Amino acid sequence: MAEPLVWPDGGITEVPYRIYTDPGVFEREMDRIFCGRSWAYVGLEAEIPEPGDYLVTRIGDRSVVITRGQDGAVHGFLNRCAHRGVKVCRERRGNCRMFVCPYHHWSYDARGRLKGVPFVKGVKQQGGMPEDFRREDHDLPELAIATRGGVIFASFARDMPSLERYLGETNTAYFDRVFDGRALRVLGYARQRIPGNWKLMFENIKDPYHASLLHVFLVTFGLFRADQRSQVRMDPSGAHALLISRRGTQQASEHTRDIANLREDFVLEDPRLLDPVKEFSDDATVVMQTVWPNLIVQQQSNTLALRQIQPCDPGAFELHWTFFGFADDDEAMTTRRLRQANLMSAAGLVSADDSEVIKLAQDGIEHGGTGKGIMLMGGRGTDDEPHMVTEVALRAFYRHYREVMEL
Amino acid sequence: MTSADLRFELEDLYAEYARLLDDGPLEAWPDLFTAESLYLVIPRENHDAGLPLAVMRCESRGMLRDRVRAVRETIMYEPRYLRHHITQIRPEPAPTGSEMRVTAHYTVVEVLQDELPRILSVGRYLDVVVRDAEDHLRFAEKRVVYDSVLVPNTIVYPL
Repeated sequence: MAEPLVWPDGGITEVPYRIYTDPGVFEREMDRIFCGRSWAYVGLEAEIPEPGDYLVTRIGDRSVVITRGQDGAVHGFLNRCAHRGVKVCRERRGNCRMFVCPYHHWSYDARGRLKGVPFVKGVKQQGGMPEDFRREDHDLPELAIATRGGVIFASFARDMPSLERYLGETNTAYFDRVFDGRALRVLGYARQRIPGNWKLMFENIKDPYHASLLHVFLVTFGLFRADQRSQVRMDPSGAHALLISRRGTQQASEHTRDIANLREDFVLEDPRLLDPVKEFSDDATVVMQTVWPNLIVQQQSNTLALRQIQPCDPGAFELHWTFFGFADDDEAMTTRRLRQANLMSAAGLVSADDSEVIKLAQDGIEHGGTGKGIMLMGGRGTDDEPHMVTEVALRAFYRHYREVMEL
Repeated sequence: MTSADLRFELEDLYAEYARLLDDGPLEAWPDLFTAESLYLVIPRENHDAGLPLAVMRCESRGMLRDRVRAVRETIMYEPRYLRHHITQIRPEPAPTGSEMRVTAHYTVVEVLQDELPRILSVGRYLDVVVRDAEDHLRFAEKRVVYDSVLVPNTIVYPL
């Protein structure tokens, strides 16, 4: 039998490796973090524009259907038939008036309310449901929905604060910086299954320390460097974070000494790959926003993407990338976004480093016995920092994690 | 040229393509493409929906070379071997002008250094093949459309 998990004495500067491998911890995470009091990203309004449109996604380990009802509003429900537990909706996307379970044809409306049970009164006075069966007792669990700037969030909790309060002032402002009300245009999807614990993905995006070392491509082309003017900002809870930076040049400096393999001589044969243009009013060229419990909003130069984390088990998660632009982008901008997407996702010149290193992290953790990792870069605090040489956002994340998990 | 000769010639082109990716030298792989070639690795989900996003997008031989250089010099990854299996190479019945549309099926098996072999990717090549000035067949366009929704972790080498 497993011993109860005891957090190390170092508090939020230390993380016990067991939280990346323990099935009991994982189960608690699904209940408390993903399906508890959180707003989980589930999709874009642009993906379900018409009444009857739906998409299927996951919140934590749970399959959910997000719909646009005949009333034009966005709804959501658990994708599991109230009768025998069958997945009601099998297509990833579609349009329908009613959701009919394939097994016994129980049918549900866009809010997951049970509308039909075949043979409920029996056939030729035989069979049928008992007299006390009430259809309305078997609606599917409905999700609370919040939308902002065309982005849809859902929650299993019924008493959630507004999305704006949930994100906090700073994170709402940066969210609005990208989702400013312009119509979005989905450019496409990329989806990977990464053999690592889901928290390693958040840690990765909350950790600017690694970005200026691991990502030789970013560093080489000055897209993200430790010596650039940068900030790490969080919301008061520590759940969400922002890494904000500015593009520099392809030059070594006294500050890049520690970067063993900065490639000053790497000149692109076709420089169209990196041809960024300024498109936001401030001077930040990189903003990576992590939104508890499952979303990363990426703006790296002109590549805009939402990365959704769908945990599978303690040792694996799926990462679902939705690349987008705006409906009013000209062709040159769309092409630019598509070219810069070469840096991202499963074959990304930059993010391949991350999926590879996350696998190595999980490998190391699983094959090293008990132990703990340390997060001391930039001190022990959890306050915003005006630089990149810090693990402050990881400490803030784990402060919040421990509260929610009561660990 | 007879149809049989053309089929052998195409067979050689795809065999060379697989050899350069699997056994190297990877640096010679872009030479199988024209200077202005388009190379895309695109999830079937996007292809079928008419969405343009590709996980690899090279719009010239130069971009292919940049990709190869990044694989060699900047990307961090676990050592691995790939093995391409390309079948059902099928030129369109009536080539129009100098361009020939060719489709093929592929399976790429990946062997990570400490693991059992697994299928990294399976799908179709939707290609445009042309004859260059030296009378070699070259890819003017190659769309690698993979069938799976999910990629098993990372695609490091081109497919």
